[in-house]
Amino acid sequence: VVAPIQTKSKKTLAKPGVKNIVLVDGVRTPFLTSGTTYADLMPHDLARAALQGLLHRTSLPKDAVDYVIYGTVIQEVKTSNVAREASLGAGFSDKIPCHTVTMACISSNVAMTTGTSGMIAAGQCDAIVAGGVEFMSDVPIRHSRKMRKTMLALNRAKTLGQRLSLIGSIRMAHLTPELPAVAEFSTAETMGHSADRLAAAFGVSRLEQDEFALRSHTLAKQAQDSGLLSDVISFKVPGRDMVSKDNGIRPSSMEQLAKLKPAFIKPHGTVTAANSSFLTDGASAVLIMSEEKALAMGYKPKAYLRDFVYVSQDPKDQLLLGPTYGTPKVLERAGLTMNDIDVFEFHEAFAGQIMANLKAMDSDWFAQTYMGRKTKVGTPPMEKFNLWGGSLSLGHPFGATGCRLVTTVAHRLQKEGGQYGLVAACAAGGQVT
Amino acid sequence: LMYSRCLCVMYSHFSVRSFVNYEVKEDVAVIRMNDPNSKVNTLSVQMQTEMTEVFNEVLANNAVQSAVLISSKPGCFIAGADINMIQACKTAEEVTKLSQEGQKMFERIENSPKPIVAAINGSCLGGGLEFAIACQYRVATKSKKTVLGTPEVMLGLLPGAGGTQRLPKMVGIPGAFDMMLTGKNIRADKAKKMGLVHQLVDPLGPGLKSPEERTIEYLEEVAIQCAKDIVNKKIALTRKKGLMQKAQDYVLGIEFVRQQIYKTVTGKVMKMSKGLYPAPLKIIETVKAGLEQGPDSGYLAEAQNFGKLAMTSESNALIGLYHGQVACKKNRFGVPERPVKNLAILGAGLMGAGIAQVTVDKGINTILKDTMVDGLSRGQQQVYKGFNDKTKKKTITSFERDSILSSLTGQLDYKGFEKVDMVIEAVFEDLNIKHKVIKEVEAVISPHCIFATNTSALPIKDIAAASKRPEKVIGMHYFSPVDKMQLLEIITTDKTSKDTTASAVAVGLKQGKVIIVVGDGPGFYTTRCLAPMLAEAVRVLQEGVDPKKLDALTTGFGFPVGAATLADEVGIDVAAHVAEDLGKAFGSRFGGGNVEVLKTMVEKGFKGRKSGKGCYVYTPGLKSKDVNPDLEDLLEKYKLAANPSVSSDSDVQFRLVSRFVNEAVMCLQEGILNGPVEGDIGAVFGLGFPPCLGGPFRFVDTFGADKLVEKMRRFEHVYGNQFTPCQLLLDHAKDSNKRFHK
Repeated sequence: VVAPIQTKSKKTLAKPGVKNIVLVDGVRTPFLTSGTTYADLMPHDLARAALQGLLHRTSLPKDAVDYVIYGTVIQEVKTSNVAREASLGAGFSDKIPCHTVTMACISSNVAMTTGTSGMIAAGQCDAIVAGGVEFMSDVPIRHSRKMRKTMLALNRAKTLGQRLSLIGSIRMAHLTPELPAVAEFSTAETMGHSADRLAAAFGVSRLEQDEFALRSHTLAKQAQDSGLLSDVISFKVPGRDMVSKDNGIRPSSMEQLAKLKPAFIKPHGTVTAANSSFLTDGASAVLIMSEEKALAMGYKPKAYLRDFVYVSQDPKDQLLLGPTYGTPKVLERAGLTMNDIDVFEFHEAFAGQIMANLKAMDSDWFAQTYMGRKTKVGTPPMEKFNLWGGSLSLGHPFGATGCRLVTTVAHRLQKEGGQYGLVAACAAGGQVT
Repeated sequence: LMYSRCLCVMYSHFSVRSFVNYEVKEDVAVIRMNDPNSKVNTLSVQMQTEMTEVFNEVLANNAVQSAVLISSKPGCFIAGADINMIQACKTAEEVTKLSQEGQKMFERIENSPKPIVAAINGSCLGGGLEFAIACQYRVATKSKKTVLGTPEVMLGLLPGAGGTQRLPKMVGIPGAFDMMLTGKNIRADKAKKMGLVHQLVDPLGPGLKSPEERTIEYLEEVAIQCAKDIVNKKIALTRKKGLMQKAQDYVLGIEFVRQQIYKTVTGKVMKMSKGLYPAPLKIIETVKAGLEQGPDSGYLAEAQNFGKLAMTSESNALIGLYHGQVACKKNRFGVPERPVKNLAILGAGLMGAGIAQVTVDKGINTILKDTMVDGLSRGQQQVYKGFNDKTKKKTITSFERDSILSSLTGQLDYKGFEKVDMVIEAVFEDLNIKHKVIKEVEAVISPHCIFATNTSALPIKDIAAASKRPEKVIGMHYFSPVDKMQLLEIITTDKTSKDTTASAVAVGLKQGKVIIVVGDGPGFYTTRCLAPMLAEAVRVLQEGVDPKKLDALTTGFGFPVGAATLADEVGIDVAAHVAEDLGKAFGSRFGGGNVEVLKTMVEKGFKGRKSGKGCYVYTPGLKSKDVNPDLEDLLEKYKLAANPSVSSDSDVQFRLVSRFVNEAVMCLQEGILNGPVEGDIGAVFGLGFPPCLGGPFRFVDTFGADKLVEKMRRFEHVYGNQFTPCQLLLDHAKDSNKRFHK
């Protein structure tokens, strides 16, 4: 939950004996469809760009933070601690420790909450940088297990005879590579397939999904055109042009959207390429400090970071229902109700997933049967919901989305004059923040 | 669009139908089946009558362009024809008429001018499958409960409502034979690959309704769309054939090839069934009639053969077993006071690990305890392999495997035994060891915990003698391999409490077992029946019949495993042990073969399959086996002269079987058995008594007690009291109205 500095009439959420923690600022690289301008980079290059952008935006001295934490999902094995590589590459002091976390699509949320509760609130640090990066233009494609086994054995082979016999054991089939899939390990179901089933379970129609997707793109375009996406920094890509805009925003028409065939469940499914988030390259970064430290350094913080909660459900049938479970819990913790919230930013993995969550939140039966509640959670009003677009239109670099959501909430609260904002995102493994 | 939606009227409202109703959604009639009196839908008379009515109305309704056929029951489309309806018939002609009525109904469905989409969720078997394949299009859920198949052959029947004629066209001749001759269940994804269904629908999770309810609704929505798409030609009913399909069709178009297939299939059936089962042969004959002489002959052959098969003793026996199996899947002792959630198994040997596998499979927290690390490790590997093989076959995912195995703990000590609700011991078959174990265990378990002993012959009351709480002691006799053998024989002593029995049965049912509950005594029921037959088998060997011949005679009678092979599988040492123990308990009646034969074999290390040598020599990796050459010399030492008057093949078979049957009847007479149904189920599922005979009691009914007694008297004359018929058998022989099964 994010609350801005300027309080209106509503109560403050400050807790006695707990440090106030603030968001100083947040930036992100433009989110690009994978395989476009960023195609030749490496993940830490993107994260580096975000960190440099943050330094530039906040004029932060390069040794002024105590710790850097990054979230990422599909790891480049050469830079498995991508936080450290990016931090060094961005010119941060080599005395700053860094680590990398992963929790699927909410990895940068984990980076942020590790920083706030684990480091600042615990008195370990006063200032941290959290961020996230995802680079889908290049993913680790591996040799098959059999081939890897042979290659490792070759390393240990001592004689020419041993080597030759190992080489001789290689078969054509061993050369088939292993590709990473956006699928649950436990169920082997792809995310899109799960989203389609979820949409069907809640009776979300194709029309509703296309309408929501169109809304996302339309709002994103408006926000982009009117300069609201101020968290986006410009990035001169080596050997390529300067990039300063997200390139996945494509407001279309309902007719165009209706033409697409289902992408996962064929032929009767409802999730299409157009009403799903697309594979995206991008990185984000936020500067978080204790309020004392921020004020001492002369910053004007953008928001208080007040509370958070993680929940988990069945990874098969409730994979993407996290926001429904997490929202009432975090409101309860903060002592707020749905009506108190001025700004909602939910991660849009699939239009069908958002609509299913909205329907679940609006159902007494669901609340009673699966959540142990007496009444329904209640739905966020659409006039407060993802008004500057969302993951469907802006893009969804898995590890980086969380920071984008938090920064957007802060910016929207300032712009719209609200006090409380709420971020929710679903993640693989059925978890949510 | 709005206008047509207004036309949605519940037509069922105007009728008094209770099995089938329909509703028109836009221009699609949704026909829903729901037998109000049963958990499953069957093609009963009432169901068929109402279906015909509804079908007529749908055809006559001008607002309807197409139809969807769906069941309102979550786990069942149609489970098959109503068996009682067939059994109620007195003559083959009556059954043939039933078949023809079914054929006619499905012919009308097949020729319906309005396309009908079968929407399948749950079991779609027998008549249900025949109904579905008469429809123009089939959509099925990918649920684990959705299975398609033609199990008629397992009841000694054939698909009698057009199945033998439509399946070969739909899935090809080899595929159709495979389905109809094995009767196996086919999962939805496989059915799609075979061409049995056109489209699959994923089962749904929680939503605004329960997963079951919403999945059926979703299936209906998809099926309605299919029906509309067929009408407006978006879906073509004649599928484009792939190259492989075309090639196969071409090859199967050649008469010579088809003849070869019939020949091969017949050969296989004869080899496996020894000609003892008429149904598979009739299925081949019927399919052939349709393919070679045209549909009219085919359908006629189907109806006539169906009628003939329904009157055979084999079908009667198999249907009896089916009913018996259903009965033995119920707990007649009621609900136990507390459910078993934590269970411990002592001994991680073949049996112990097998019991662990079937227990942990159902989510019961299971401790597998052994005294040695090596034994424990071997046992845990056995359990792991059991589930990993399922992963390889894709019946469960690797995640499900891991999740199941997370409920299994392997250990060498008694840690956590205080929380255990039941202990099953599967340690070595030695009374002293069992006594030691029971005392050790009782020191650590809580008062409510049940102590079950897995023994194949030791009387439970002798084991319970060491217990401080004999009311909590019960016998649970599993059969090896535990994960494959369906039977569980539960043995109660006169001190075992009813709640202990109820709990043991509940655990067994959870483990997926077919259960008989019998009284205590040496060898209980199953071992006691088997022992005299094996004693006779040894005598037969001593009389100079070689093991292969002995096996051929027993399998020729219908036993799935020959007597010599069975002895090797059970273990010669176990057989010797049992023969000696039961010999002491029952005296000369259990004699026949010389126990010394078995003992000498054990001494020489011929302990059966597990030691690589027994009656046969087993070479790892080799399926064929040769007779153990050393056995001949050994038998030479114990040679007996065969009496030609009782040594014909048939006499040898009856000598083996009559001792088995007589002992079974005596178990009923003595009250060891609760009734003939459990006797038949125990013999067939535990010992492989010929299923085509339906078990020892049905065999007596069918064969005639008088004729059996007559044969036994002849053997008695030569061999003595081993063939003396028991009183109950004599009673039945005297009065031909007396029957074990009504």
